[in-house]
Amino acid sequence: MDWLTILSTTVHAAIGWETVVYGLAAIGVNIHFGYTGLLNFGQAAFMAVAGYGLAVTVVVFNLPFVVGVLVGLAAAALLALLMGIPTLQLRADYLAIVTIAAAEIIRLVFRSVYFKDIFGGSDGRRGFNGDFYAMNFLYDPGRYGIGPFGFDERTMWLLTVGWAVVLLCCLVVFLLMRSPWGRVLKAIREDEDAVRALGKNVFAYKMQSLMLGGIIGCFGGFFYGLYNGSVQPDVFGTEMTFFAYTIVILGGAARVFGPVVGAMIFWVLFVFVGNLLAELVANGYIPFMTNIQVGPVRYALVGLGFILLLVARPQGIFGDKREIAIDAR
Amino acid sequence: MRRAVIAFTAFLGGLIFLLAGPAHAGPADCQGLRGTLKLQGQPVNGAKIAVTTEGGQPVKEATTNAQGIWDVQVEQPGKYKVTLDVGSLPQNAEVRGGNNVRTPTVYEGNCSTVLFALQPKAAPGQAPQSDGGTTFWQQAAQLTFEGVNLGLIIALGALGLSLIYGTTGLTNFAHGELITLGAVIAYAFNVGFGIQLIPAAIIAVIVAGALGYGQDRLFWGQLRKRGTGTIAMMIISIGVAILLRNLLQFFFGPQTENFNDYVTQPGITVGPITAAPKNFWAIGIELTVLVIVGIALMKTRTGKAARAVADNPALAASSGINVDRVIRIIWTAGAAIAALAGVMLGLSQSLKFTMGQDILLLIFAGVTLGGLGTAFGALVGSLVVGVFIQVSTLWVPPELKSVGALAVLIIVLLFRPQGILGRRERIG
Amino acid sequence: MRDDTMTASAKAAALAAFKDMAREPGVPKPDPILVVDKVVRRFGGLTAVDVDHVEVQRGSITALIGPNGAGKTTFFNQLTGFDTADAGAWTFNGRAMNGVPAHRVARSGMVRTFQLTKALSRLTVMENMRLGAQHQVGESFWHALLPPLWRKQEDEITERAEELLARFKLDAKRDDFAGSLSGGQRKLLEMARALMVRPELVMLDEPMAGVNPALTQSLLGHVKDLRQQGMTVLFVEHDMDMVRDISDWVIVMAQGMVIAEGPPSTIMSDERVIDAYLGAHHDAPLSESELEAQLHEAEAALEAEIEEETQK
Repeated sequence: MDWLTILSTTVHAAIGWETVVYGLAAIGVNIHFGYTGLLNFGQAAFMAVAGYGLAVTVVVFNLPFVVGVLVGLAAAALLALLMGIPTLQLRADYLAIVTIAAAEIIRLVFRSVYFKDIFGGSDGRRGFNGDFYAMNFLYDPGRYGIGPFGFDERTMWLLTVGWAVVLLCCLVVFLLMRSPWGRVLKAIREDEDAVRALGKNVFAYKMQSLMLGGIIGCFGGFFYGLYNGSVQPDVFGTEMTFFAYTIVILGGAARVFGPVVGAMIFWVLFVFVGNLLAELVANGYIPFMTNIQVGPVRYALVGLGFILLLVARPQGIFGDKREIAIDAR
Repeated sequence: MRRAVIAFTAFLGGLIFLLAGPAHAGPADCQGLRGTLKLQGQPVNGAKIAVTTEGGQPVKEATTNAQGIWDVQVEQPGKYKVTLDVGSLPQNAEVRGGNNVRTPTVYEGNCSTVLFALQPKAAPGQAPQSDGGTTFWQQAAQLTFEGVNLGLIIALGALGLSLIYGTTGLTNFAHGELITLGAVIAYAFNVGFGIQLIPAAIIAVIVAGALGYGQDRLFWGQLRKRGTGTIAMMIISIGVAILLRNLLQFFFGPQTENFNDYVTQPGITVGPITAAPKNFWAIGIELTVLVIVGIALMKTRTGKAARAVADNPALAASSGINVDRVIRIIWTAGAAIAALAGVMLGLSQSLKFTMGQDILLLIFAGVTLGGLGTAFGALVGSLVVGVFIQVSTLWVPPELKSVGALAVLIIVLLFRPQGILGRRERIG
Repeated sequence: MRDDTMTASAKAAALAAFKDMAREPGVPKPDPILVVDKVVRRFGGLTAVDVDHVEVQRGSITALIGPNGAGKTTFFNQLTGFDTADAGAWTFNGRAMNGVPAHRVARSGMVRTFQLTKALSRLTVMENMRLGAQHQVGESFWHALLPPLWRKQEDEITERAEELLARFKLDAKRDDFAGSLSGGQRKLLEMARALMVRPELVMLDEPMAGVNPALTQSLLGHVKDLRQQGMTVLFVEHDMDMVRDISDWVIVMAQGMVIAEGPPSTIMSDERVIDAYLGAHHDAPLSESELEAQLHEAEAALEAEIEEETQK
C-alpha cells in the first residue's frame, strides 16, 4: 500500500486544478440554482463551449490566446441566450430538460465525424495552452512545495491564476447578492409570480442570472483545457454538471463560499476514495473487484452520497437550518 | 434497424481508426494526408485515391494496402482535394452520404487524416442508390419503418415516465436506468444462465417490476411521506441515475454486448421494407403492450383510479382511492414496461450501460412534445420523435440524428410550450 | 386607525359618485380608472371569461363577487397580464393594457395580490418590502456591483418600508423570514409590499381567505385606508360581511360574464344574482341567512382547495 501517494494526491486535490475547475462550475450553478432557483442541468455545455471556443480559435484559426478566451466567453453568453429564450418563461422542469438536451447536442456535435475538421471528433483538440504558460512571470522552472507536497512551475502558475479567478468570482457574487439585484434573484427563487406582480421583469433577471452563472462556469472550462492541454467532447458529459450540483449542495446552496468549500471537500473525498480503492484492489484486498471497476464504484458512491445528502442534510454541511435549500418549494 | 447497425459499425470503425491514428503518426517530418478505408470493420485493399491541390493540380495518387491504409506526403502545407475513386471500391461498397471528395487542410509538420466512411450497398434486389426518385421513397419507407420501431420503444419508456410524473409529480431522470436495467437483467439470464431470450425477457420484466415496486416502497414513497418537494425529488433522481448507471457498469462492464438469440437473421421484404423478422415481432409486441396499457388505463378500476390520482391526488384520496397503492402499481407497471423497452432496444441495437441514458433524452423529447403529464400525448410525441430521427438520416449524418430531435424539442417549446396535446395552466 | 370623519368623507365622495346609477351590467361610471371591453378567455371548450363591458370608478372600493368558477380570478389574471386573453381590450387610466406583460402592468400603477398568499419565504420581511419599491438603481446588474451608487436610495426605501410596516403592525417582525409569519400576517405583508409599488389601483384577490378572524377587522381597516389615501381598490371576495362593510359598489360575475352591478346593500336581493348563486330553478327567494349559509359552504370548499394547493 502506497500511503504516501494516497496522502499527497489527496492533499493536492484540496487546492488542485480539479477544485478550481469544479469550484468555478459550482459557483455558476450556485447562482442559477442556489440564488435564482433555475435548474440548469447543462453547466457542462457552458464549460464545453468555453474550452472548445478557446481551443478551436487557437488551433484551427491560429489566432492569439486572448482572442480564444473572448470567443469562449461570447460562446457561453450566446448559449445562455439560446437556452434561455425558449425556457425561461416556462415551468422549472422544462428548463432542466432543455438544458440537459442542449448539453447533449453540443457534446454530440463536438464529437461528430461530420465536424471533425473543426472540433477534432472524439479526440478533441490539443495544443492551445502554450501562450498561457508563456505568460508565467511569477515562477521559474522548478518544484514548489514542502516534502511530498508540491507542484511544478506550470501548475503553480495555473493554480495562482485559477484561484485568483475563483476569489474574484466569489467577490462578484458577494457584492451582487447583497445588492437589490441579488434581492430580485432570491425573490424569483421563492415565487416568480409575486416578483412579476411587483413590476420586475422576471425574464430579464433570469436571463442575466443564466448568463452570469454560465460565464463563470465557462472559466472552469478554460482552466480544464489549460491544465490538461486538451479538450475532448466526452469530458463534458452530464456527470460534470452533476458533480457541480453535488458540490453546491455539499457546501450549502445560496452561500458565497459554499461552492468553493464544497469543491474542496468533494475532491478530497473523491480522490482519496478512488486512490484508496485502487490501492486496495491492486494489493488484492478486494478480490471481487478489478482495477477498471474502481471508476464506476467511485461514481456510484458520489451518487449515493448525493442522495443521502439531499435526504438528510439538504442545507449542506454548513447550511443554515432555517434556510433549508430546497424543501421550501 | 439494419441501417443503424451499419452506421454504428461504421462509426466504431471510425473510432478504431481514430484511436489507431496517433499510434502510427510518424515523426515530425510527416506532412501530408492519410487515411484508412474499412467496410464493416474489414480493411479495403486496392482502392484508388487521388490528391490534387485546391486548384485541381494533381499532386499524387495512392492505393490502399492490405490494411486499408493509404498515405500521401506533400511538400507545401495548405488545402488539398482528396478524391476517392468509387469505381475502385469493392462491388458491394459505397461511400456513406455519396460524397467521394474531401478537402482537408495540411498543417506544417502535421499529418491530417481523411475519413471516408464506407457502407454496404443496398440489399440485393434493391436498385442502387444512384437510381433517383423511387429509391428515395423506398429509403424513406424503410427509415419510417425503423422510426416506428424506435418510436414505439421510446413510447414504452415515455409511458412509464409520464404515468409516474402524472401521479407523483416526479420528473424521473433515473427512468433511463430502469430501461438499461431491464436489458441487463435479460442479458444476464440469456447469456449468463443460457436461458432462451423470450423467457429471459419475461423474467427481466417481472424482476424489474418487482424492483420498481421496491424502489417506490422503500425510497420514493418514503420521500413523499416526508413531504419532499417535487423539485428536490427531481434532483435526487439524478443522483439515483448516477448511482444505478455506475452500478450497472460495475456489473456489466463498459463494453457493448448482444443477446445470444436473434442476432443475425436473414431479412424478409415486405413492400419497400426489408428487415429482420425480429423487428416485425418487436413492433407487434410493443404495439400490443401499449394497447393493453391504454385499455387498462381507460377501463379497469386501477386505471381509472390512476387517472383520478393524476388529475387531483387530494380529491382522489378523499373519494376513497388508496393513492399510495395506486402509485405503487404505477411504479411497478412503469418499471416493468421500461424493462421491456430495454429488451427491445437491446434486440434492435445492442446493449451498453449508457443505453438508457442515451434514450432518456429522446423520451423527454417525446413526452414534452406530447405535453408533460398526458399519457396519450406521450405516445404521439414519442412516435413523432422516433420517426423523425430515422427519417432525418436521409439528410443528416446518422451520428447527429439525435441532435435534430432535441433541437425540434427546443423549437416546439418556443412555439407551443404545452406540447402537442397539453393544456395551458392557470395561474393565481 | 385614521380620523373617522375623514374616512367618512372619502366614503361619502365615493358613494356620491354611485348615487342614482343604473344597476345594469356594464353601466358607465363618471370617472373610470379601468375600462374593460369584450374580454374573452377560453380553456379548450370552456369559456372561463366573457366580459362584455365593465368600468371601475376611480377612488372607490369595488367588490367583484360571484359563485365558484365564475371566472373572477381568471379575469384578474387577464387584467394584470398574468394570462393572455383570447380577445378583448382594456384601458387603465386611458392607456391600452391588453398584451402588456405583468411587470409593466404593475409598473403602470395597477398592482395585485394573490388568492394564495405569495410571501417570499426565505427573504426577511424587510427584504420583502424593499423589493416592492420601483426604479431602484441597484436593481441593474452593473450598478449592483457598486454599492455607493444605490446605498442612499436603499436607505430611503428602508425608511418608507419601516413606516408601512409600522402601519401594518409588522415592525416587530422586520428581520424574520417571511415564511415564519402566520397566514394573516402574510396577507398583511403582501398588501404592504404592494403599497411599496405606489399603486393607483390595488387589486386584491380574496384578501380575507385564510385569515384569522382576529385580524379581519384590522385588514378591513387597511383596505378602507387605501381609499382614504386616494387609491382605487378592486377586490374579489366571498365573505359577504366584508363586501357589505367596505365596498362602495359590487360587480357580480357568473359563468364568466358580468351579470349584475349595484350597491352592496341591495345587490344580493337582485333576481339575477340569486339565480346565479342558486341556479335558476329555485322555488322561492331565499332568506338572507340561507344565502349566507350557501356562501359559507362555497367558502369552505374554497378553503379546502387552498389548503390542498399549499400542501403541494
